[in-house]
Amino acid sequence: MVELTLPKNSRVVTGKTWPKPAGATNIRKFSIYRWSPDDTDNPRVDAYFVDMDTCGPMVLDALIKIKTEIDPTLTFRRSCREGICGSCAMNIDGINSLACIYGMDEIKGDVKIYPLPHMPIVKDLIPDLTHFYAQHASIMPWLETKTNSPAKEWKQTIEDRKKLDGLYECVMCACCSTSCPSYWWNSDRYLGPAALLHAYRWIIDSRDEATGERLDELNDPFKLYRCHTIMNCAQTCPKGLNPAKAISEIKKMMVERTI
Amino acid sequence: MSYLTDRKRVAGLGVAKNGVEHWVSQRMTAVALIPLSLLFIFPFMGALGSGYDAVIATYTHPGNALVALMFFTVLFRHHRLGLQVVIEDYIHNHRRQVQLLILNTLVWRAAGFTALFAIAKIAFTAT
Repeated sequence: MVELTLPKNSRVVTGKTWPKPAGATNIRKFSIYRWSPDDTDNPRVDAYFVDMDTCGPMVLDALIKIKTEIDPTLTFRRSCREGICGSCAMNIDGINSLACIYGMDEIKGDVKIYPLPHMPIVKDLIPDLTHFYAQHASIMPWLETKTNSPAKEWKQTIEDRKKLDGLYECVMCACCSTSCPSYWWNSDRYLGPAALLHAYRWIIDSRDEATGERLDELNDPFKLYRCHTIMNCAQTCPKGLNPAKAISEIKKMMVERTI
Repeated sequence: MSYLTDRKRVAGLGVAKNGVEHWVSQRMTAVALIPLSLLFIFPFMGALGSGYDAVIATYTHPGNALVALMFFTVLFRHHRLGLQVVIEDYIHNHRRQVQLLILNTLVWRAAGFTALFAIAKIAFTAT
């Protein structure tokens, strides 16, 4: 059966409450998931207090401030701090998003930060995305052609290029896949919304000549058809994309080529 | 645990090359059940509790018998396809999963044949 409770050594316990900043008047509480592979302790939730008068507006600003000023052991990924690299994906206030573009004014009360759900954890807020990336690689995320390459470039009309809008913007942050219950239960075989959105991006590219092979590779009860249109992917996507729609378009094409 | 590469783990046993039939069938049976349930429920409600002769009279009528037949076969097929997905989703012990999938097929097929036999018996043997 699907495991609905955590194993004993994975249960989250209450962690350390860090001291409040002295002299601050505008304080906000952050509850942050902590786990280290270096000891045998259970995961815990630490409480930090941040002076909001000297902090930037985004969740990532607060995380960097905590790491710099309060607790240098707090571990998380970040890079571009403007929503284009996809590194700082985490579960903020119950929804998967990018910490760098999630404004703290959107959160009521304490700020609760956990790693992306249902993934193996490397440390603190860092999930192991190895399998996720391998799934992306398996859908052949490149232009596949059989015709000899043209001297100059593969041409595409403006209309055909427009079909890639809403797809090419994906930054592979894994917010969608890790919000999907089907991906939680069956990620070993189900490709998940992110990989399927990318698959569709190449399926409808007018320049790609492997459309049939791409669809063949998805005609599988698990790889594609574990999607039950739950729509968490579309709701959580920090870039406002709609992987569920891309998946349903693939399903439509699967039928279209048989009739 | 074993030393498999990430790509090998993702590839698993490869692509099953089916899935589209199941998906189409589940949706077709769902759509067909909308008119079939309505067509089935009205004569059924009429016959319900109205005595042996009235029930026999209802289902010796070829229209009612045919609708009832189609309703039950489509319903049980839809039921089997739906439960199959639930089992595949939530039962992760492979041995148990296979057992349940076989049981699922047998139970709903048996239910379908039973309905078929019962309706045919009423339709053909009553005078």
